[in-house]
Amino acid sequence: MEGLAFDIAHLLAGGLVLVSFMMLYQDRLYALLNLFALHAVVLALSVAWQAHVQGAPHLYITAAIALVFKAIVIPVALHRIVQRLGIHREIETVIGVGPTMLAGMGLVALAISVMLQATPEADPLAREDLAFALAVILLGLLTMVTRRNAVGQVVGFMSLENGLILAAAGAKGMPLVVEISVAFSVLIAFIVIGIFLFRIRERFDTVDIQALDRHRGERR
Amino acid sequence: MSLAPGDAVAAILLIPLVTAALLALLPGYRLTARLNIVATLLTLLAALGLLAGERPQPGLYLLIDDLNIVFLVLNTFVGFTTSVFSASYIAHEIGIGRLPRSYLRFYHAMYQALMFGMNLALVANNIGLMWVAIELATLTTVLMVGIYRTHEALEAAWKYFILGSVGIALALFGTILVYVAAHPVIGEGLEAMVWTTLMQRVAAFDPALLNLAFVFLLLGYGTKVGLAPLHAWLPDAHAEGPTPISAVLSGLLLNVALYAVLRFKLLLAANPAAIAAGSLMVTMGLSSLVFAAFMLYRRRDIKRMFAYSSIEHMGIIAFAFGMGGPLANFAGLLHMVMHSLTKSAIFFAVGHIAQVKGTQKIAEIRGLTESHPLLGWGLVVGVVAIAGLPPLGIFMSEFLVVTSTFARAPLLAIPLVLGLLVAFGALLLRLHGLAFGTPHGSTAPVEASYLPMFAHLALVLLAGLYLPPPLVAWFQHVAAMLG
Repeated sequence: MEGLAFDIAHLLAGGLVLVSFMMLYQDRLYALLNLFALHAVVLALSVAWQAHVQGAPHLYITAAIALVFKAIVIPVALHRIVQRLGIHREIETVIGVGPTMLAGMGLVALAISVMLQATPEADPLAREDLAFALAVILLGLLTMVTRRNAVGQVVGFMSLENGLILAAAGAKGMPLVVEISVAFSVLIAFIVIGIFLFRIRERFDTVDIQALDRHRGERR
Repeated sequence: MSLAPGDAVAAILLIPLVTAALLALLPGYRLTARLNIVATLLTLLAALGLLAGERPQPGLYLLIDDLNIVFLVLNTFVGFTTSVFSASYIAHEIGIGRLPRSYLRFYHAMYQALMFGMNLALVANNIGLMWVAIELATLTTVLMVGIYRTHEALEAAWKYFILGSVGIALALFGTILVYVAAHPVIGEGLEAMVWTTLMQRVAAFDPALLNLAFVFLLLGYGTKVGLAPLHAWLPDAHAEGPTPISAVLSGLLLNVALYAVLRFKLLLAANPAAIAAGSLMVTMGLSSLVFAAFMLYRRRDIKRMFAYSSIEHMGIIAFAFGMGGPLANFAGLLHMVMHSLTKSAIFFAVGHIAQVKGTQKIAEIRGLTESHPLLGWGLVVGVVAIAGLPPLGIFMSEFLVVTSTFARAPLLAIPLVLGLLVAFGALLLRLHGLAFGTPHGSTAPVEASYLPMFAHLALVLLAGLYLPPPLVAWFQHVAAMLG
């Protein structure tokens, strides 16, 4: 049983890294949003499995938040924003797919080598969970820096945050996980409302971050 | 009447919280601005009471010790003076219609929410709670930076938001790693996130995990301190938001983030096998100092210029704490206090100057000492202080940083002195244009509140001339605690 529990946790966390990779090369906004919803579903499953394995019922709340808020509410809201703003065309990525994927692989290798070396004594479940979580976080960062589009950056940030929740759920018995996931949900809600309320498009005619840069108070 | 020690801590947290709720509901400018001032004054009194009186026992969530009380008093003091400045600044902004009346409730409520977030981060005895508090403080400042809703303000708020969020996310990963390191030694649950417990038992933690955690914490909270190369949000946020917020950002929020870094540095120092956290801070501090010093020359916006000066000074402070040892830590603490007081005084002056001139462009502001003697000379004293000329307080702290570096690591002193001199030149160069010569632009009289500015400058001058022995002893004690 112990072996099976470990394998399933491993599978789910690995799945999260895989979906992160898929988000990396997605150049259409709708597809990116759908993938993010999938990312959140995998996260919810993974956290729920940790809740089951660790016998920590409060983690089910975190899983439920991930499922309802991040897999349904946020993607739907972002879909509507994208539709309303009419920016469903291609995302301009800063660098091409090839170099991005290579960089992504490098980051995953880095995450795994760093984490596994740093944690030789921790229990194997937490240890590999953390390695995967760090990989998801780094891939999220990479997604953010390779997008010029505000919506794309937000999706990158949310996938990064999913990695954090994975890490927090994997750290056995960590207190405040639910509170932290709620705090993050508030943060994300703020970002999404921010995009919508600030009506970036209305003011700049685009949600392209590069166009925002031109409005800087001072030319560099 | 005697208060239980726990009451003062509760007051420091509850007064801003309750006031924030009240201010969100109350209409009317005069009333709310006054209420804001009264609330910050009461919070300051509570902090002073805590300084003078006895301290409560550390609990699972809250802690008052010799280190954070310094930050707490400074925080509440500058919070109070800034609220006085804010009252006259915002009155003007409303008068010229730059800020709609309907945003006022929001502005004041956010101001108190920011105070609450910062105070909570300072008194937190729990690394998870500290993280949540810093996140709250960040969110409130993001909202206030974007309050003017101009292109620039929205862009600045967005940039701050994204970079701040990434920083916060990295800091959380670091916090989780600290828990993972503590878990085998302390066991499951809340105890393994309590600061005092962590400090007692950190020697048995896995050093490799602690090292990794510190890297993430330094990058995460370092983003909020504005250390190069993670500083990109800072100049924009300072330049585009309302000036009282620039003053609080520079004077307080950067310190709070630095306090978080210091706490974790202490944790690493107590584990014999962990890396020396100081060397990382020295590197980041020096690079911020040198980078910001050169950037100062190219600024054309007055608030941006002083924002870069904040990066420079946070670099010096991080450098001093990174060097460690009683003398450098003493200098770092003193420098932090002096910088907070001076920089907020400068922003008080700059806020009124930008209002009366109707611009923030350095080229369009000239001859201030002639057209507005009080504001002009206030700015001159402030800039002279921040550039590090004697006899003001910053000279003393910079002198201590430089001499202690020469004694222990002469090679590091070269870039340090270079950075200080370059920044000195840039500031005086710009000051000359701003303050002297024939006045340029509007010379209309200004309804300013000079009291906060001159109070800060007087304190800085006083500290440069004479530091009371009890204060010195107190700082020495805290410096020794910092290791």
